[in-house]
Amino acid sequence: MSVLELSHVTKRYRVRGAGDMLALDDVSVTIASGRTVALVGQSGSGKSTIAKIITQLERATSGQVLLDGAPVPRRGRALRRYRQQVRMVFQDPFASLNPYHTVRHHLERPLRLDHVVPAEEVEAEVHRLLERVRLDPAATVDRRPHELSGGQRQRVAIARALASRPSLLVADEPVSMLDVSIRLGVLNLLADLQRERDLGVLYITHDLATARHFSDEIVVLHRGRVVERGPADDVILRPQHEYTQALLAASPDPDKHFAQTREGTRR
Amino acid sequence: MTSDNVLTVSGFSVLYDVEPPVEAVKDVSLELRRGEILGLAGESGCGKTTLAYGIQRLLRPPAVITSGSAVFHDESGTDVDLGSLTDEQMRRFRWDKVSMVFQGAMNALNPVMTIGEQLGDVFTTHRPGTSRAERTARCGDLLEMVGVGRERLRSYPHELSGGMRQRVMIAMALALRPQLMVMDEPTTALDVLVQREILQQISQLRAELGFSVVLITHDLPLLLEISDRIAVMKDGRVVEVGTASDIYHRAQHEYTRRLLGSFPSLTGDRGDFVRTGAGTSEEVAS
Repeated sequence: MSVLELSHVTKRYRVRGAGDMLALDDVSVTIASGRTVALVGQSGSGKSTIAKIITQLERATSGQVLLDGAPVPRRGRALRRYRQQVRMVFQDPFASLNPYHTVRHHLERPLRLDHVVPAEEVEAEVHRLLERVRLDPAATVDRRPHELSGGQRQRVAIARALASRPSLLVADEPVSMLDVSIRLGVLNLLADLQRERDLGVLYITHDLATARHFSDEIVVLHRGRVVERGPADDVILRPQHEYTQALLAASPDPDKHFAQTREGTRR
Repeated sequence: MTSDNVLTVSGFSVLYDVEPPVEAVKDVSLELRRGEILGLAGESGCGKTTLAYGIQRLLRPPAVITSGSAVFHDESGTDVDLGSLTDEQMRRFRWDKVSMVFQGAMNALNPVMTIGEQLGDVFTTHRPGTSRAERTARCGDLLEMVGVGRERLRSYPHELSGGMRQRVMIAMALALRPQLMVMDEPTTALDVLVQREILQQISQLRAELGFSVVLITHDLPLLLEISDRIAVMKDGRVVEVGTASDIYHRAQHEYTRRLLGSFPSLTGDRGDFVRTGAGTSEEVAS
């Protein structure tokens, strides 16, 4: 059981000639094993800054990031161990995979660097990982990213994130670059893996519909502040904050649309 | 004569003459009515953008139009077969009768020219007689019309937000009061709040000015809300055309149903989507 806690985190970016930019303002979020928390908000709301702070690509200006109660290490071997525990899946699998390297290379590296399995078992583990993300190992392992479809690439990126057997996964818009008909497949895969491995997942998205269906809790971020949080259905079906209400009103919702205009459109 | 149509596309096919050749658009026939919003839905590679480009003869080799025609029915009553126009006639025709908002258009503005200069170019090119003062006045009116405001005439693109730049592109597309505006993924890069505002504005302008819209996007829920009719494309073919209500309630083609099923309902029932942490959310959260 792992718990990652962001406690009263504030992040200020210094913008030359324009004073400070407050990217996060007193944000607290908890991600625990076996649970998915969706972080929703518009671009510029601070979603990705949270991902960067969790993965220690950025440091919080104030506030704390705690893994199982201990502050997140800032450097050295301890930071490596932390990053083994907390992995990231990025938005664009074309950018996050190295075009020069094969799928095997992408999966072998974390296995070797983090000494996940003995050297002689690496190849077998690569195959197991590919099977886990429902790719055919024999057909995929020697390919390079450009030879794969967007969905396959993102599956490889997920396999890589799982290679070091993390307890928490940060998925930053993991399906928004994929074709619509394969998005649910990838999200379902993430959900399955989460249950199998009891992962804690932070699902960062601007898509309220998938946030509702694939998470337990939703946190709504607006201009660096948490304006609303709660169980997924409560936030979507009974939003309290006016910003959440505005987001929901702007999101396409054909079910509601046709329920309201039934008489008018049935000819 | 079908006078309430603005465009009739028949048997339209486009081939990318590469090795091996790719039939990007296959035997597409579509009618577009005057004043309607037609949604063109499909995933990447289905041919929706190629079709839109092909109709306006914007394709370049290796793309070849192998068959079919696109006939524009001008409001004056004359029919124009777009395939038979000379290049110069086609150049005059574009923007005047049919305009286009390209994918990623908000990044297509010239960074070193002001918004006013770029809007003014439309008049300089297509309405050479327009005086400078009149040009400025009309460009200002256009910016007012799309909710940007004429005080932005002297702004450079980088001084505007993405949503404002997209509005400028729409203003530019409407400058000559075309009868048809083709929009390729006009709001994909924008936030839902901005997207909603812009789409409402398009609907409102359409009601005022009476132009038709072809709206190309993969976002079927969006199309269901704002289109009059929707054409669904897959592998270069239009597999289904119907009113938004028909597509929503009575989709005929298996692919249309699959596409509809790819979007989880925002406020409706769960359907058969996997939900994580099955059923534990309430206990843990409280």
